[in-house]
Amino acid sequence: MANMAQSIRMALHFAETNLNLTDVFGEDVGAPMGGVFTATQGVECAWNTPLDERGIIGAAMGLALAGDRCVAEIQFCDYIFNTIDLLKMAGNTHWACNGNYEMPLTVMTPVGAGIRGSIYHSHSFDAWATRMPGWKIVMPSTPLDAYGLLLSAIKDPNPVLFLKPKALLRVRGEELIPGEPASEKDLKSMIDAPLGDRSKWKPQWPKVKDVSIEIGKAKITREGEELTLVTYGRHVLMANQVADEIKKETGKTIEVIDLRSLYPYDWQCIKKSIEKTKRVLFVNEDTEVTNFAEHLCYRVTQELFYHLMARPRVLAGKNLPGIGLYAELEENTVPQNRDIKEAVLDVLNEIP
Amino acid sequence: MATASTSTQKSGKKSRTKKVQKTKSKTLAKKKKSSGTKKSTASKSNSKNKKKVSGKSSSAGKRQKVMGRSLKLDKELLLKIYDLMVQSRVLEERMIQVYRKGGAYFWIGAPGEEAFGVPLGLLGKRGQGPQYDYWHLHYRGTPTLLALGMDPADALRLIMNKATDPCTGGRNFSNHYCYPQWNVVPVSSPIEVQYPVAIGTAISQRRHKTKGVSIITGGDAGSAEGDFASCLIWASRPGFELPMYITIQNNRWGISTSYDTQHGEKHVSDRGKAFGMRTRVYNGNDPVEVYLGIQEDLEYIRKTGKPVVAEFEVSRLYGHSSASGANRIEGEKCCIEEFEKKLVDQGILTNQKVKKIREDHFNSIKNLADKVLTEPSPSADTLWDHTYANQENADWRKF
Repeated sequence: MANMAQSIRMALHFAETNLNLTDVFGEDVGAPMGGVFTATQGVECAWNTPLDERGIIGAAMGLALAGDRCVAEIQFCDYIFNTIDLLKMAGNTHWACNGNYEMPLTVMTPVGAGIRGSIYHSHSFDAWATRMPGWKIVMPSTPLDAYGLLLSAIKDPNPVLFLKPKALLRVRGEELIPGEPASEKDLKSMIDAPLGDRSKWKPQWPKVKDVSIEIGKAKITREGEELTLVTYGRHVLMANQVADEIKKETGKTIEVIDLRSLYPYDWQCIKKSIEKTKRVLFVNEDTEVTNFAEHLCYRVTQELFYHLMARPRVLAGKNLPGIGLYAELEENTVPQNRDIKEAVLDVLNEIP
Repeated sequence: MATASTSTQKSGKKSRTKKVQKTKSKTLAKKKKSSGTKKSTASKSNSKNKKKVSGKSSSAGKRQKVMGRSLKLDKELLLKIYDLMVQSRVLEERMIQVYRKGGAYFWIGAPGEEAFGVPLGLLGKRGQGPQYDYWHLHYRGTPTLLALGMDPADALRLIMNKATDPCTGGRNFSNHYCYPQWNVVPVSSPIEVQYPVAIGTAISQRRHKTKGVSIITGGDAGSAEGDFASCLIWASRPGFELPMYITIQNNRWGISTSYDTQHGEKHVSDRGKAFGMRTRVYNGNDPVEVYLGIQEDLEYIRKTGKPVVAEFEVSRLYGHSSASGANRIEGEKCCIEEFEKKLVDQGILTNQKVKKIREDHFNSIKNLADKVLTEPSPSADTLWDHTYANQENADWRKF
């Protein structure tokens, strides 16, 4: 099975071959490195830019205005903040010119903690991102979803922010990408660049096929009856584990929803699940004050109030200026399995 | 938006030009002397600057000689330029009127940039797609748009926020133009963002091996933003040079702050030299010098695929915007008056004809404004329109 970095590579290869993707660019994304997480390794249209995030986003916007399709990368979302007015502008262009121009571009950037990334490689951007109207925001939790969501992002006529959960980039999935060889070893020998001199290396791409995952559609990763747990990115894996543990220990079943698209979001899926379970917990690792989940939670109180048997809850990163490097600091800043389990049990056991 | 102090501007201006025009009517006679001396000084410093930069180009030096008094363009073209300059000025002055009478929330525009904007618009390759020029304009683009063929009523629709405004549908300020059929990409208010965005259209033009150029306009004050540096760096990557015409309209002001108090560099365009770029400084109040200069610059870019940085020294005749009152600023050189005088001196125009051209534009624009006033305004049920392409729903209440 491909890991997420390999699946992103294959998606970019598929898009440059079949979807008129003209440019993949960013800091160190071209040869020889192919990105600091190797997510662009071997991609023919990938090239290196100056270390200039504003230039990267500006160039992406110009390419989109010229009708080309591109994927621009910001190396870590920690370094996207100096582009925020350009991102805002990319989101408002179609609206501000009353539909005269479209802005079909994809920006991808690794987000979140979990790799001991210290203060400037652990940031999240999801809450910020959802405050940029005009953008679509997606975040996969599996290599297959990464593949399908990235292709959907590239096909979309709007700006799409593809958030890569950096702690999952080396994690393998449980489903094959259509066309992917069954053996991990075979895939590695085909598309992973060798160590040392790579000047003559060329990837042997498997004949991967188109996969479309509709932006705006969530996925239920665990079906359950007693509580709805809404999350995305790397916390989907944690939520699944917690759901499995609680089922084993108490027999109670948790419905885990992998949102996949933060905006537009799949309200119908969330709504249907909460109407069934009557209890809900939202989990993500961005800071907790004005967190995106607070919007969802607010909407639950407005539209599903009389269905609820417990207070709806948000579990998110502590509202700190950064994430400390030492393990105990990081683990007490962003939600871990134990925190999710504790919060789930709290909501489950609450008596109205 | 900060309010500019007109008095500061006046005093700042005095020290720079050393000559203050009190009123328009009084200065007509006086100007003979002042414009003559100033002109030659400007010409000298310009040609000196150019020689240094281009070195080998003899045509540039030659061109400088014919600049001064002589009008080295076809009579027809001179008249066309003059006519568009007057039309643009009359249109902007009408827009200021519209604002003053409460017909608009805000005015920002181009009076003082006509001698630059009109030749630029006439020389660009107009059309849609990478084989044509892309226009990354700032909010003083009226002269360029009129030269490209814009219906002047559109400028009025925009400032009056009419539903009929083809650029923004009543959503944005005056001079925030957008015409996809001519590659005029949407003007956005934040200073200097057009410079990095133009990188992308230029990459596309380079890839398609077109002769199209990405043309950028912007002020001197905005060049302090990192986006200007981004543009220079990306335009000159070795082996990946981009067909960009990076222009600066230097009116020596950013709202109420003078260039001299913030910029140590003599010319903004000098910064292009560090990147090995061809750089130019033009008297942006002389439409003939501007026309010939832009023509040569665009030819160079189309031929070599390499960028040019060109600075145009222009005037700002009504201040930054309506936020500073939109009053006529004393002492600022008026490119139309100067050009008009030359045309009359050379017998290409008569005072009578000048009067008629001005009156005709005045009346026709006034009539247009009256007509546009009666056009419909946008309604609230269009609020969500075009948030996403293809009218896809963006309202979370309907997810």
